[in-house]
Amino acid sequence: MTVYYSEEHEWVRVEGEEAVVGITDFAQGQLGDVVFVELPEAGRQVTKGAEAATVESVKAASDVYAPVSGEVIEANQALVDDPALANTDPEGEGWFFRLRLADTSELQGLMDADAYKSFCDSQ
Amino acid sequence: VSDADPKPLPLDAWHRGRGARMVPFAGYAMPIQYEGIMAEHRWTRESAGLFDVSHMGQLVVAGPDAEKGLESLLPADLAILKEGRLRYSLLLADDGGIVDDLMATRRGDHFYVVVNGATKEGDIAYMRCKLSEGAVLDHMKEQALLALQGRKAVEALSRLVPGVEALGFMTGGAFAIGGVTAWISRSGYTGEDGFEISVPGAKVAEVAELLAAQPEVKPIGLGARDSLRLEAGLPLYGHDLDTDTTPVEADLAFAISKRRRAEGGFAGWQRIARELEQGPIRRRVGLSVEGRQPVREGAMVVDAEGNEVGKVTSGGFSPMLEAPIAMAYVPAASAEPGTAVTLAQRGKLFQAKVVPMPFVPHRYHRKGAA
Repeated sequence: MTVYYSEEHEWVRVEGEEAVVGITDFAQGQLGDVVFVELPEAGRQVTKGAEAATVESVKAASDVYAPVSGEVIEANQALVDDPALANTDPEGEGWFFRLRLADTSELQGLMDADAYKSFCDSQ
Repeated sequence: VSDADPKPLPLDAWHRGRGARMVPFAGYAMPIQYEGIMAEHRWTRESAGLFDVSHMGQLVVAGPDAEKGLESLLPADLAILKEGRLRYSLLLADDGGIVDDLMATRRGDHFYVVVNGATKEGDIAYMRCKLSEGAVLDHMKEQALLALQGRKAVEALSRLVPGVEALGFMTGGAFAIGGVTAWISRSGYTGEDGFEISVPGAKVAEVAELLAAQPEVKPIGLGARDSLRLEAGLPLYGHDLDTDTTPVEADLAFAISKRRRAEGGFAGWQRIARELEQGPIRRRVGLSVEGRQPVREGAMVVDAEGNEVGKVTSGGFSPMLEAPIAMAYVPAASAEPGTAVTLAQRGKLFQAKVVPMPFVPHRYHRKGAA
């Protein structure tokens, strides 16, 4: 199991042909209190770099871009019901959606944990 | 005013030392939040929050024509305003548009006027142009302003400033806090009981430190200030009010005093009198939005055919109601509480209902009330 990170502050946990996507702890800290999420429904094709989800905090709405392309298998209903999970457990219970990877080579453009940490420190 | 080069306020280092996230606002670097908007919002409602509002313009209007001069620009009855009492009022343009909203206090031989930070330079130029020679306006640039808001504000402040608990809502007086001369009024922008405290900028860090050391008090950022005032139904200038908006449209007719309604004699009176008589064509209302997704400033109010008939001027998520709320301008025929309205934001429709404001009841300390 490998976790990758995007410059848009999403994480991608690869499990075989599938991947779970969410926002990082850095991202939730920047957003502040999350009060609403809109997630892609199962069956939807998402494209790397294109809008896949919406997250609203008390102060603003933000788009979440798909860090990799693929078909959405499942959205996290627990997060829809309790959006604060994005703040309290962003890299665990607060995951956004699971997808079937369309092109595993897209993962090569993402960062590992160390590279992502350096990236955040430079922000 | 450039966001690229925001000026520091006297409490800049104090905010940063307490972990505030600073953002450019009204040309100044200001704290948007400390621990988080939701927690700060609830803390203010349940205990007491300390706000730095030193960006606001603190003005003195003095001279033999001060009262008459101000009455030519504001619809308030200043003649009956007693010493130490303050009024919410509106700085008006000749066409009835709102130049700014403000607080005016009769204080000895002058009026103390507090205006919005983002508009203060324009207000000052406008007032100086309109006031006669017998009314002199001074901008107290060296003065800082704090607000202590929340149901426990009186407990915390009266410990440091004995006697302040005797002030009723919308009254003020001269006090000392930690040896620092202060003008303190029982007023604010959250819908809670609370105080606004004007002190010299050179001493404000000492005063903030004293206040924040009280167990009831935490510093609160601009983010929660905005969500608190929205729940309280209080308009924000530049968003819910502007020069294209009249006091009647903005549902602020309460700020037009009885005598002034009858006599007129202030900027914009002609249009305002007509709107008071015949009703405005649109009105500011509160909206309760279905679902959980906030509908924000800039969203459209649409009719059944999808035509834009109004606009959302403030919107967000209410931490106390745990639901989205908004302020919008709607056609007068749709302004009655209970009316269903449709909103459009980023290609998506939302159902909402006109509701009375405030969204969360005010808890002002009115003398004579229980």
